Amino acid sequence: MAGIDLDNVTKRFKGTAALDGVSLTVPEGETLALFGPSGSGKTVLLRVIAGVVQPDAGRVRLGGRDVTEEPPEDRGVGMAFQNFALFPHMSAFDNIAAPLTARRDAPSVLKAGVERVAKLLKIDHVLGQAPRQLSNGQKQRTALARAMAGQPKVLLLDDPLRNVDAKLRFEMRLELPRLLAREGVTAIYVTQDYREAMALGKRIAVLFEGRIAQIATPDEIYHAPATLAIAKLFGDPAINVLDVTPERDAHGPFARLSDRRAPLDPGLAHAVGRACVLGVRPEAIRFVDAEAPGAVPVTVEAETPLNEKTVTLAVTRRGRELLISRPAGAPGPATGPAHVAVDSVHALLFDRETGARIAPEPPGGAIRGAAA
Amino acid sequence: MDHASPLERILRGVALTVVVVFFMFPLVWILLMSFQTNETILRSPPSLVFQPTLDNYRALLGGRLVGAGSTLQVSYVQNLMNSVILSVSSVSLALLLGVPAAYAFARFRFRGSEDIAFTLLSFRFAPPLLVLLPLALYFQQIGLANTYIGLIWVYQLIVLPLILWIVRGYFEDISPDVEYAYRLAGHSWFAAFRKIALPLAGPGIAAAGLLAFIFAWNNFVFALVLASADKQPVTVGALAFITASGIQFGQIAAAIVLSNAPTLLLALYAQRHLVEGLSLGAVKG
Repeated sequence: MAGIDLDNVTKRFKGTAALDGVSLTVPEGETLALFGPSGSGKTVLLRVIAGVVQPDAGRVRLGGRDVTEEPPEDRGVGMAFQNFALFPHMSAFDNIAAPLTARRDAPSVLKAGVERVAKLLKIDHVLGQAPRQLSNGQKQRTALARAMAGQPKVLLLDDPLRNVDAKLRFEMRLELPRLLAREGVTAIYVTQDYREAMALGKRIAVLFEGRIAQIATPDEIYHAPATLAIAKLFGDPAINVLDVTPERDAHGPFARLSDRRAPLDPGLAHAVGRACVLGVRPEAIRFVDAEAPGAVPVTVEAETPLNEKTVTLAVTRRGRELLISRPAGAPGPATGPAHVAVDSVHALLFDRETGARIAPEPPGGAIRGAAA
Repeated sequence: MDHASPLERILRGVALTVVVVFFMFPLVWILLMSFQTNETILRSPPSLVFQPTLDNYRALLGGRLVGAGSTLQVSYVQNLMNSVILSVSSVSLALLLGVPAAYAFARFRFRGSEDIAFTLLSFRFAPPLLVLLPLALYFQQIGLANTYIGLIWVYQLIVLPLILWIVRGYFEDISPDVEYAYRLAGHSWFAAFRKIALPLAGPGIAAAGLLAFIFAWNNFVFALVLASADKQPVTVGALAFITASGIQFGQIAAAIVLSNAPTLLLALYAQRHLVEGLSLGAVKG
């Protein structure tokens, strides 16, 4: 039985579709990270599930039950809002107790329930305070505690870490998966931060302009993104994008990079002659000697040392910019002319027109086409 | 402001004094008048030195106006009671009707909602005298003339739009997410209205109620035309002091002091609550 099941959900605001036929299934007990740029419809989707926004078409099922027509209070859903949405005139205790007062629990049950989640989220010492007296991190935890206090079957988290500082965000990113697993809830976690999506979701759903562009594990999203746009969003520094038209010779398909032959995956023979875009991760480019095979001459323009890696901006003779990432401490030129080698065999190939990824054909197998 | 120089502080003090004197002068002057006889009031040049007397208040509360050689019955206390009844009931009714309506206008976009809200506001544009004559005729026919109910009904023209539009703004300022959060916790929408929206809009509702009360209290023209002696509020009742034997300035002043006292005290009391922070930092913008 699925925890959350969306079937062809569509929602229009003044003619523009915020959600366009979204179908999605989250198995019971799983956390799905919902990732997308701002304005892609993540929040609307969450609100449709919560019952706060009515979809124009499609069905919403929770735990197998069709709740499309049910008001929010009957759905048994916990939700943490991005802006916290705490009740300003109530103490943190009363905020967290809201799902329990709705059930008319006895005062002792209520107290135990609030203290349980408060302890879990380490806010049991501020329960008597009003929201305005809480720090941002405490507010965020209070909102989370309120969403979880009623032990809902479904938990919706709308970018809950967006308004908290970097240190706390990092802590929570580590803590949250454990917490969600312990509660055994089916959760959807909305985020704009690809690292957060990768850290929290067993699977990631990528939403683009109201459509699900890809649902896959973090690993698949990174190594086999469905579209160029997804490839650009996952990864920091961003993927290098080079316009190419694959050609073919006796050794197999290749692309021309600065007049050097850059071999492609043998399974990409069917892409020969098409206008394509080659996506090369910054860590797939490395500095080499001028005599190395396939070495491309570049000019290093700038270097940014980060903690664990060094990112270099280099320009080819044709004026294409390349971002090159190497582990911190690895040798490399800081300025001036240099040569790089591109691991083009493992690069991603996209159709220039549609942005869809062109997947290599398995040797002797049927055409898989663009990853769907 | 600890960083202000002494000169700045002096200038600020002077400016505040000027403003206070400007606004307080009429009130103080009326208060002084209310303790004087007509003769000392009308002396020229006017003077702050006089023998205070309580005669004016005694006459008002006793209901007997002793003029030059004649005695006139006035029903000032009755008028005051009428004012209280009319203002309190019409504001209560308007709150009862207006607050839920304001909530509906703030939260739900339904067909014609803006038009209806604007129509209600437009009642405030119409010159009262324009509607009064036909209204008086109708009221005569259906038996509402000279009744509290009739007057309270007409007072809604003044207070309802005021409350509706002010309170609506306050409801709109509350993030709908706060209410949704309450409903998602399992409470009905009505519980969310009662436990979340109402308390959060509380200061706004109080402010609107207070303003509406003052408007209702100060209304003159509706009561003048639609009410006769026993239902008249103080504003109309004060006309009785313009007698054949002259205008009773002392009594008028005393009447004004007495009739303004409730609204003044109410405003002073409520002011602290009105200034209180409305958004208590729940929603991070």
